[in-house]
Amino acid sequence: MSILVDRNTRVVTQGMGKAGLFHSQQCREYGTQVVGGVSPGKGGTVKDGFPQFNTVAEAVRKTGANASMVFVPPPAAADAIMEAADAGIEIIVAITEGIPVLDMVRVKRFLQGKRCRLIGPNCPGIITPGQCKIGIMPGYIHKPGPIGVVSRSGTLTYEAVWQLSNLGLGQSTCIGLGGDPVNGTSFIDALRMFQDDPQTEGIVMIGEIGGNQEEQAAEFIRQYVTKPVAAFIAGRTAPPGKRMGHAGAIITGGTGSAEDKVKALRAAGIAVADSPADMGSTMLAALRTN
Amino acid sequence: MKIHEYQAKELLRKAGAPVPRGQVVTDAQQARQAFLELGQSKAVLKTQIHAGGRGKGRFKGSNADFGGVKLVASPEEARQVAEVMFTYPLVTKQTGEQGQRVSKILVEEPSSLQREIYVGLVIDRAVGLPVLMVSAEGGMDIEEVAARNPAAILRTNIDPDRGLLPFQARRLGYDLALQPEQVEQFETILSALVRVFLDYDASLAEINPLVVTAEGKVLALDAKMNFDDNALFRHPEIEALRDLAEENPAEVRAAKAGLSYVSMNGNIGCLVNGAGLAMSTMDIIKLHGGEPANFLDVGGGANKEQVTEAFRILLGDERVKAVLVNIFGGIMKCDIIAGAILAAFQEVQPKVPFVVRLEGTNVEIGRKMLAESGLKIITATDLTDAAKKVVAAAAG
Repeated sequence: MSILVDRNTRVVTQGMGKAGLFHSQQCREYGTQVVGGVSPGKGGTVKDGFPQFNTVAEAVRKTGANASMVFVPPPAAADAIMEAADAGIEIIVAITEGIPVLDMVRVKRFLQGKRCRLIGPNCPGIITPGQCKIGIMPGYIHKPGPIGVVSRSGTLTYEAVWQLSNLGLGQSTCIGLGGDPVNGTSFIDALRMFQDDPQTEGIVMIGEIGGNQEEQAAEFIRQYVTKPVAAFIAGRTAPPGKRMGHAGAIITGGTGSAEDKVKALRAAGIAVADSPADMGSTMLAALRTN
Repeated sequence: MKIHEYQAKELLRKAGAPVPRGQVVTDAQQARQAFLELGQSKAVLKTQIHAGGRGKGRFKGSNADFGGVKLVASPEEARQVAEVMFTYPLVTKQTGEQGQRVSKILVEEPSSLQREIYVGLVIDRAVGLPVLMVSAEGGMDIEEVAARNPAAILRTNIDPDRGLLPFQARRLGYDLALQPEQVEQFETILSALVRVFLDYDASLAEINPLVVTAEGKVLALDAKMNFDDNALFRHPEIEALRDLAEENPAEVRAAKAGLSYVSMNGNIGCLVNGAGLAMSTMDIIKLHGGEPANFLDVGGGANKEQVTEAFRILLGDERVKAVLVNIFGGIMKCDIIAGAILAAFQEVQPKVPFVVRLEGTNVEIGRKMLAESGLKIITATDLTDAAKKVVAAAAG
């Protein structure tokens, strides 16, 4: 088992430019069923074995795609996400970085009441090791196993996965939520799914400064999550009022500091690593004491 | 992106909100002239800098007993005060000790204040909608009010496609116990604020304070606006308001090269791929007793040009005593990154110790390239090792 994506997931890529094509190839190599691409105006052509369609609806009709991977550039990305949702895509993974926040506000309104899940934007994607990779993460560092990983970061997640794999802890599914202030899937959404997934025995949660998602997640874990959770929060040294790379990584209006998040997580009984070098070992220790 | 108060007020005025009469001056003589043109017995001189806390600031190196906002009572006083404001850097709680040079002053008609109200609009991340906040404690830092008395802040979410609905403004107005004729003016200002926020993709828009004058008029006395950098591509008129003199030169330079850089106070330069890993790298340096000099994310596709420019920016900061390069190579393979690091190293010829930690795809080849280069690069195997080595190197 796993959450959200597995070997039956059929993926269509929206935005078959250089990056979109490259990562579609990488995902296919990993074993993901990438069934085509959406490139308005180029429907009917084939790009390196990927049939192209003018619309997502057409791609769904002709390929049975149920997931999409969005590489469309920022000005048109919100529209692409809404198009996927409207076409009945169930899992929309938005990789695009730099989508205006108010566009995402409108996307969120649009998605309300629709049967689909958005992951991202500005995220590395989602991977169920050995089965399905939708995104830009290096596939080979992941190993199948019992740990669910959920994170707001990209390379820091690779770091965590690397540590886990080296400790012999494989992963059920790894989800990157993305670094934007308004996004699709939250920590709580992911935690709920990992709690309900029989394969997942422990959860690594990687947060960062900005917003109060981690605090809300801590409360959720306290109430509903029985599996051991290990956490890390990036940005203890970050100054207030400064955007640290991610659009969402900013301490504003007195909220969003790493200290507050660590405090909330610890108060909920969650093991928090002080060093990013100890994300894997903190998970291992939490599994043993459980 | 931040803009000045006078620019924010201009946007509000165009959207239909009443703001005090005033003009922007760039030298002391103009300040005198502006006082005369306002034609009143008094005027307010307001320094235009992006940092907050102006009123309580001080002019470093001067004997002046006033801060960045000063009421003056004669053309000559306007000139003298402006002279000080333009001569000495203004230090506030947000500028750092070096302070900020003032190049513009807003000379404005004074208002007799009967009430001060806070009005602000930000993105409510938890809900995924803009939220309009008001508080009867105008003139105060909203953070302070939120910490001390959160119930004093009234909120309402804004639908981006509907904008502010009249009833929302009315309810807030009456909840603040404004008089009926003031509620009408209040609604005008609020809808202007919401329109500017939505039309120009603001990330923060504040009127603090919004005032009710002794004559019962409602005015936007101060205004502050930040804009979503990711939306500037569709608002050239906002981009044109950018004041580069207010921004950190290294940060501006980095942004041009597609790098994300934030200057810090320590002596260990950092170059990392990915924002989360870059923050964590600063954290682990601190954890092992060092102080990071910066945050620097080179992004996913670290190429030779970007790494070279990043090295130049890091080494342009003379406080930097050692540099840590921390790269998790995924799709971008370690041997390619090692090649970029070596090329940049040769080009820039750094004089301070460099610690490089590479991990990920083709790491063995990458490490071998670094080891065999003959260059003075200290290699590290994992995060902890890298942090300890760079802290030791910076300590000399």
